[in-house]
Amino acid sequence: MKKRDHYGYIFIAPFFLVFFVFLIYPVLLTLFYTFTDFKGFGEYNMTGLANWQRLFTDKQMGVAFVNTWKIWGMNIVVQLGLAFILVFIFSDIVWKIKAVGFFRTLFYLPNLITLASVSMLFRILLDENHGAFNQVLFNIGLIDEYIPFLARPFTAQAAVALIQAWMWFGNSFLFLMAGVTGISKDYFEAAKVDGANRFQMFGKITLPLLKPIMLYVAITSLIGGMQIFELPLLITNGLGAPKDSLLTMVLLLYNQAVRFTNFGYGSTVAYGIFLITIVFSIIAYKIMYSNKKQGGVN
Amino acid sequence: MSTYKKPIKAQLVPVERGLLYAFLLILVVICVTPFFMMLVNATRSAAQINSGFTLIPSSHFMENLNSIKEQANINLYNGLKNSAIIAFSATVLTAYFSSLTAYGFQFYNFKGKNFLFAMILLMMMVPQQLGMLGFYTVSAKLGMLNTFYPLIIPSVANIFGVFFIRQYMASVIHMSLIEAARIDGASEITIFHKIIFPLIVPATATITIMAFIANWNNYLGPLLILQTNNMKTIPLLIGSLKGARVAQNNYGALYAAIALSIIPILIIFVIFSRYIISGISSGGVKE
Repeated sequence: MKKRDHYGYIFIAPFFLVFFVFLIYPVLLTLFYTFTDFKGFGEYNMTGLANWQRLFTDKQMGVAFVNTWKIWGMNIVVQLGLAFILVFIFSDIVWKIKAVGFFRTLFYLPNLITLASVSMLFRILLDENHGAFNQVLFNIGLIDEYIPFLARPFTAQAAVALIQAWMWFGNSFLFLMAGVTGISKDYFEAAKVDGANRFQMFGKITLPLLKPIMLYVAITSLIGGMQIFELPLLITNGLGAPKDSLLTMVLLLYNQAVRFTNFGYGSTVAYGIFLITIVFSIIAYKIMYSNKKQGGVN
Repeated sequence: MSTYKKPIKAQLVPVERGLLYAFLLILVVICVTPFFMMLVNATRSAAQINSGFTLIPSSHFMENLNSIKEQANINLYNGLKNSAIIAFSATVLTAYFSSLTAYGFQFYNFKGKNFLFAMILLMMMVPQQLGMLGFYTVSAKLGMLNTFYPLIIPSVANIFGVFFIRQYMASVIHMSLIEAARIDGASEITIFHKIIFPLIVPATATITIMAFIANWNNYLGPLLILQTNNMKTIPLLIGSLKGARVAQNNYGALYAAIALSIIPILIIFVIFSRYIISGISSGGVKE
């Protein structure tokens, strides 16, 4: 260590001060709350593993877990499906589709908009009385009567999943396409000379080489999907209506902590979500790197 | 397809291309239609909206906005101001301290450096929700509930910012430049301010835009910390309209309020989309 190297400590000190106070300490404090009956204020008692026992037997948590996965599952099929179709189209060396920049910019647009505003917007667009979607579908003759999208469990879940897909397919496409531009054109030219068709090129060249980025997209999407909160909070009554179909894990966490002032159990739900996310991220990693023949999420 | 002979295949290409462009344009329409419907309906009165959807805008935008203020007693402009104060301050802190921290990590060799860097990268995997209840009580203990501080100060520690700028520094700044400045007698902090900072502007600009948008859009943090309407940010006010009677009787007013909350981001997007898109793509590839 040279003499002036101690400046390194000085330069990173503000970062680490804030990092410990507002990031590390809150995370550890939340872990501590899982062993208490803390209400968010005042005195509390140590309750051992009671919150954790409750977590594993809580029917609501079970419902929230299933809902979160259903919504994420529907979303990821559409989101990645669209992203891969787009990658297929834009990476083809015969079609030579132009204006990638224009398209990817517009496909990315929904991702940037305040989620609270998006939620409130779709809340009224999908409304069963005067919603613009119902009005348009009715005008063009696709439906005979207005559909209460947000009042039926399945359509509500599908709506939230499709809104998520709408917000994120451009992001997935962007990442995958960034990977495609890193693949040498020579591979495709050589494959073409050998008589490969575009499906073979996509399956045998593009997909395998995109594997690391696919893994990144899958895991970040999983982490984000497990955290879905604003949409289910704002698009219906905030308690998971209709019929608990929009009760997601983070909504449960928020309602436990804030509405029912149960920080102890809310913290346990937070850690439960985190553990679930880690486990499934590891599973995603294992699946991707053990499947030798094709290498696809599909 | 493989049964076609080559010439026919070649003839098909323009047709296929046309169909593909049509498909892509449909996707573009899907992306912008909800915003378009919002903008049109924001200008229409409740009665016009109830009578059906049209593509033709009307003239009730300001009237709609005013009814939010008059009937729900929610001041959206104040919300915009609060959002702007938080997002600007937080972004400035992120831009400066991410650069400073990245510089400290990249060009000094101190004990524990690799351990500390690994620790912050590990924290990048931790979602915001995990620490949110602890974050609330820490803010409460510091007497910062219903103030902007808990929403601004944490921006000093933006992990992605440090990571991104450090990568950029590694590729554009050579140690010899710093050595030369030292021989000329510049102090360490002056070297950072006068020589390094101007050179990393492209990376800092990307982080600035991304941090601004993230702070502007943040919902969960303000939801926990800000309690009174005069302190709330625009996304919180939009969310709180859910329970307001005016939002149930007058969709025009609600559309107008949502439009007002989205327009600043749309403007930023139109101006900076190039930086945003390239920042996201390059960030992803490097990870």
